[in-house]
Parts: sequence; C-alpha cells; structure tokens
Amino acid sequence: MIKKYDISGEDFSLAGEASSDFKSVMKKIGMNPDVIRRVSIAMYEAEINTIIHGGGGECEAEIKSDKVQVTFRDNGPGIENIDLAMQEGYSTAGDKIRELGFGAGMGLPNIKKYTDNMLIDTAPGKGTTLTLIVNL
Amino acid sequence: MLLSDIKNLLDAKVLTKESNDVLSQKDIHTACGCDLMSDVLAFVKDQSLLLTGLINAQVIRTAEMMDIVAVCFVRGKLPAEEVIELANEKGITILSTELPLYISCGKLYSEGLRGYLND
Repeated sequence: MIKKYDISGEDFSLAGEASSDFKSVMKKIGMNPDVIRRVSIAMYEAEINTIIHGGGGECEAEIKSDKVQVTFRDNGPGIENIDLAMQEGYSTAGDKIRELGFGAGMGLPNIKKYTDNMLIDTAPGKGTTLTLIVNL
Repeated sequence: MLLSDIKNLLDAKVLTKESNDVLSQKDIHTACGCDLMSDVLAFVKDQSLLLTGLINAQVIRTAEMMDIVAVCFVRGKLPAEEVIELANEKGITILSTELPLYISCGKLYSEGLRGYLND
C-alpha cells in the first residue's frame, strides 16, 4: 500500500497532517503498536524538517511485506554538513521555529533512533531526499 | 495516577469535552514538563501527561505521535479554538492550570507521579 502526500511549506500549523493520516492508516490495518509509534515519530520529525528546512515538498509512505518505508523529498537548500546535522543539539533553524518548540537539533538524531535505517541524499543547492525504514 | 486526581491537584480546568467520569478512567504512568517538542519526541513514553507553556497545534500533534494521553497548559494559558478541536478529534485531553510549570511538576512529583529516565 502506498500513500502520497504534498507537504505544504506555507502553513506550519498544518505540519504533521501527513504523519497523522499515515498513523491512522497503520492503526486501521492493525499493525504492531511499536512499529506504528516508531514510524509515526520518525515521520513527524521528517515532515517538520521538510517544512522548516526544505520549504515543503512531497512524501511517499509505503507499507511493504517486510517493512514500512517513507520518503520525503524537498527542493530546499540541502544539508551542507551531514555530520554536524546528525549531532544532537546542532540546528540551523531560526528563532521563529524555536519559539514553536522545534529547531533544537534533535530531528535527524531522533529519526535515526526510532528507525532501522535512514538514508539521506542531499547536496547544497540540490534539495534533500530522506528515506526512513522500519522493519516489520 | 488518574487524570481526575491530576486535575484536582493542579486545580485545573478541562478544555476538551471529557467528563469527570472519563478523566477518572484515564491512568497516567509518567509526566514530562517541557517546552521543546523535539525533546518530547526524543524521550517521552506513552501513557504520559505533558505539561508545557507552549499552546500551538504542534503540541497536540506531538502528543498524538507519542500516544500522550493528556496535555496540561500552565500559567493559565489558553490555546486557540482550533487547537482544542484538534485535541478533541484525537482524543487527547487538554487541561489548563494557573500554576507555573515548575510548581505544577513539583506537586505531581511529590504525589508520586514520576518522570521518565532515558536509557
């Protein structure tokens, strides 16, 4: 099963709608609660990143026979230094985002923590594609 | 600790539509006082209460992802109607207390509601 979502970069109050919808899909088909929780948290972090850093983009979430795979693509500025971005506490987010409770530099580390695999394809000026995988 | 007991200890109002009967059936195992949703996403366990001074929709979204049972807004802060509606839709209880964050946490901790230590 594949679900596709447009992630708007315009309205931060809508951030999380894709993750929320996909969580209800996983619940409806009776998936393992631990898998649902891990996918939901990682997906939500990635969705927030797509909005904050990528200015919006698209998401494709797929439930396969052996794993859940979710990919976010944006056309933002890309990640300049992946090693720094992976450090807890490092963030390039602005004050406005921090006032909303995000931008604390926990996004990518959290995604890595809750998933079995995280793949990032990015380059400065070329946007970012992030794929997260949770095995069933 | 039952959510109804938490409501009484914090002298809190219920902003969502749950009755006292429903609150007395919601059992809270741990609590977290935090304004950083990124930290909530990193550390909080389920069956939890989140106490926070942030009142935007992302608090409810974060609670939804973490299976957090209830959110308590401190220092008398009231969220926009859309935030309350979202919480109602997701079955997350919203409380509002006049107490500040530190005192709210202290009252609950001293009555036995513990936090979660990350391993």
